[in-house]
Amino acid sequence: MPKKKEEGFPRVPAVIAGGRIIDPTASIDKTGDLYIENGKIVRIEFNKLLSKKSIQSVGSHKVMDASGQVVSPGFIDLHVHLREPGREDEETVATGTKAAAAGGFTSVCCMPNTDPPLDNQENIRFVLEQAKAGFARVYPLGCITQGRKGERIAEIGDIVAAGAVAVTDDGSPVMDASVMRLAFEYSRMFGIPIVQHAEDTNLSFGGLMHEGFVSTILGMRGIPAAAEEVIVARDLKLLETFGGRLHVAHISTAGALELVRQAKKKKLPVTCEVTPHHLTLTDEEIKKSFNPNLRVNPPLRSRKDVEALREGLVDGTIDAIATDHAPHSREEKEVEFDAAPNGMIGLETAFGIVMTEIVAKGYLSLAQAVEKLTSAPAQVFGLPGGQLKIGHPADIIIFDPGQSWTYRASEGFSKSINSPFDGWGFKGKVTSTLLAGKVVYPVESKLEVVGLSPQDKIKLQVAERKKQKKRK
Amino acid sequence: MKKFAHKHLLGLEGMTREEIEFVLDTAVTFKEVLERPIKKVPTLRGLTIVNLFYEPSTRTRISFELAQKRLSADTVNFSSSGSSVKKGETLRDTVRNLEAMKIDMVVVRHASSGVPYFLTRCLESSIINAGDGAHEHPTQGLLDIYTIREKYGKVEGLRVVIVGDVKHSRVARSNIWGLKAMGASVSVCAPSTLLPAEIEKMGVEVFTDLNKALWGADVVNVLRLQLERQERGFLPTLREYSRLFGITRERLTLLNKNYTIMHPGPINRGVEITPEVADSPESVILAQVTNGVAVRMAVLYLLSGQQEEAVA
Ligand SMILES: [Zn+2]
Ligand SMILES: [Zn+2]
Repeated sequence: MPKKKEEGFPRVPAVIAGGRIIDPTASIDKTGDLYIENGKIVRIEFNKLLSKKSIQSVGSHKVMDASGQVVSPGFIDLHVHLREPGREDEETVATGTKAAAAGGFTSVCCMPNTDPPLDNQENIRFVLEQAKAGFARVYPLGCITQGRKGERIAEIGDIVAAGAVAVTDDGSPVMDASVMRLAFEYSRMFGIPIVQHAEDTNLSFGGLMHEGFVSTILGMRGIPAAAEEVIVARDLKLLETFGGRLHVAHISTAGALELVRQAKKKKLPVTCEVTPHHLTLTDEEIKKSFNPNLRVNPPLRSRKDVEALREGLVDGTIDAIATDHAPHSREEKEVEFDAAPNGMIGLETAFGIVMTEIVAKGYLSLAQAVEKLTSAPAQVFGLPGGQLKIGHPADIIIFDPGQSWTYRASEGFSKSINSPFDGWGFKGKVTSTLLAGKVVYPVESKLEVVGLSPQDKIKLQVAERKKQKKRK
Repeated sequence: MKKFAHKHLLGLEGMTREEIEFVLDTAVTFKEVLERPIKKVPTLRGLTIVNLFYEPSTRTRISFELAQKRLSADTVNFSSSGSSVKKGETLRDTVRNLEAMKIDMVVVRHASSGVPYFLTRCLESSIINAGDGAHEHPTQGLLDIYTIREKYGKVEGLRVVIVGDVKHSRVARSNIWGLKAMGASVSVCAPSTLLPAEIEKMGVEVFTDLNKALWGADVVNVLRLQLERQERGFLPTLREYSRLFGITRERLTLLNKNYTIMHPGPINRGVEITPEVADSPESVILAQVTNGVAVRMAVLYLLSGQQEEAVA
């Protein structure tokens, strides 16, 4: 028995004791002890809580003390780019899920715009195979169209059979309305939602940022809000006429939100997600720094849009918060704004942003915020998890809502560092993440990450040694 | 003597009237130098300046070079259209080289907004923006304001109309910021497709009817129409553009007496301005070119940190 490990953090705890347990679906928000056996939740006790003495009987090494902290279901992210296969220099399933675990996410849905794209069974299976070594559950999305070209619908039946939970051509919208119609009709047979990256690429052509006063001052080609709104409006009409389900990815404008709001009133089967960055940053940020990490698609919108999105979260028009975690290499991002690719990483900052910008500012209660990160996204794609149910896998996180911390992208677990939130201070931090009862965050060192290439390991070793030297 | 408290010249946005006047006053001294038989002063001897031009621009580059030579600086020119190599790589690689070469100042022209800011983050040198995308072209703005002040003795209270492709014009933006700071009243006039979103928030009056825009104005600054705008579909035809927005002799009667016609060049004669207007006595287009050298000398001098030494 390796005794040393047991003295520290329990790797496989039997009880998470004394935490404030929040489970939105069961309307639970109460201090209690949560018992785990064989990776499953076996009991949640609110009355007879473990005392210091009785902890002895369980064995103190098997108890995780969560007093003063919150225990909730692990977060579920509907929108991440894991970049594998194709751009393993930017992220892999292993490093991306490690970043997810550090951010409190126990399930992530990965986008199919890889190289090659996930437009067939084999590629979906490959990702799922890689995910076995991961630190979070991975639910891949398949493509809507073959090769993401927007021309012919993909083998959606096969893709779903292989384990895809939805289809999307994220990054490239389906511009041809007749193809979108067929996708809606065809997908009906499999009951999965079509996830649209809503952008009219003719209207947005050459655009670098939101079109408005700031783009005018900066002389940058703008992406009008209408580029998103005309596609959302079109898709809602197609949805109404031809059936299927629609999920609007990373909604970013007040107008698109209003379209979804009206469609929901008509009981159309539509859902939507919003990213932490669209809830926080405006186009004004670009003016301050021209930081290429602020280049993202859809672009950071106006203050008015940000306010509308926050309201949409409050009134329930927006179903879920999803990161659109999009790693890009340093070489590609450290260039002038025009030449930088779109996207920013977000798995490790999402919770800090939501706590600091949404909960602390009174838009959502803590329990509501947890819901938007757990059961609500689970419902959108019909995923397991997102709640604390007896007999279900113990995908659980512990977070300290009062802990202040500063995010340093270079110290994160993602392989990439393209975050505009580098150096930002947040209040509210995930302190432990359990996947099927096993602690996947924190790990003692990044070297524990499985699936790292030998080169990556050497890099990490060097970095950790440097850090130790600095501390000395 | 006052000091110019900036290390870089990135744009006219945010510059105060005092700062602009200080640059213009300094330029007056340098213009005197340019009128001497020996047009050279040792002011920047020993300083090395790189002219980094990623966009073809004969006029601005020559003007800067001349200003640098008149001030006895050592200059290196780097030009690249950036077409063959991926833009980003070229810029970063060049920047690394510049870092190693211990350059004192960099004059940069680039098609992408914000590139001068990018350079301030990676280099120790002073950066002068010689035009970044459609963002700013501060020395052009300064020389335009200099030219106006030279003619009228003041800028405050004058009515200036900027006519043409405002959407894609860095000259328009720098002029608007600078002229507003100096107390002029500024309006823009363009086809609706070439007016950028919410331009009125810059504090300008916006016109799409040229006759209304010109009525009662003192200065008309005519922007160059990039001919590819028609191909991109912003305009149906050049013929219609020049009929609706061309500056003709007949339209000049709408202006105040003692009016002035300006153009940053190069001119598309017969498109945005008729040859007779461009060559009329009210046109200060050639004075703008001369003043450009004096203003750029002033900017180079003020950013060089040599202010203690008097102009010889
Ligand atoms: Zn997208
Ligand atoms: Zn995405």
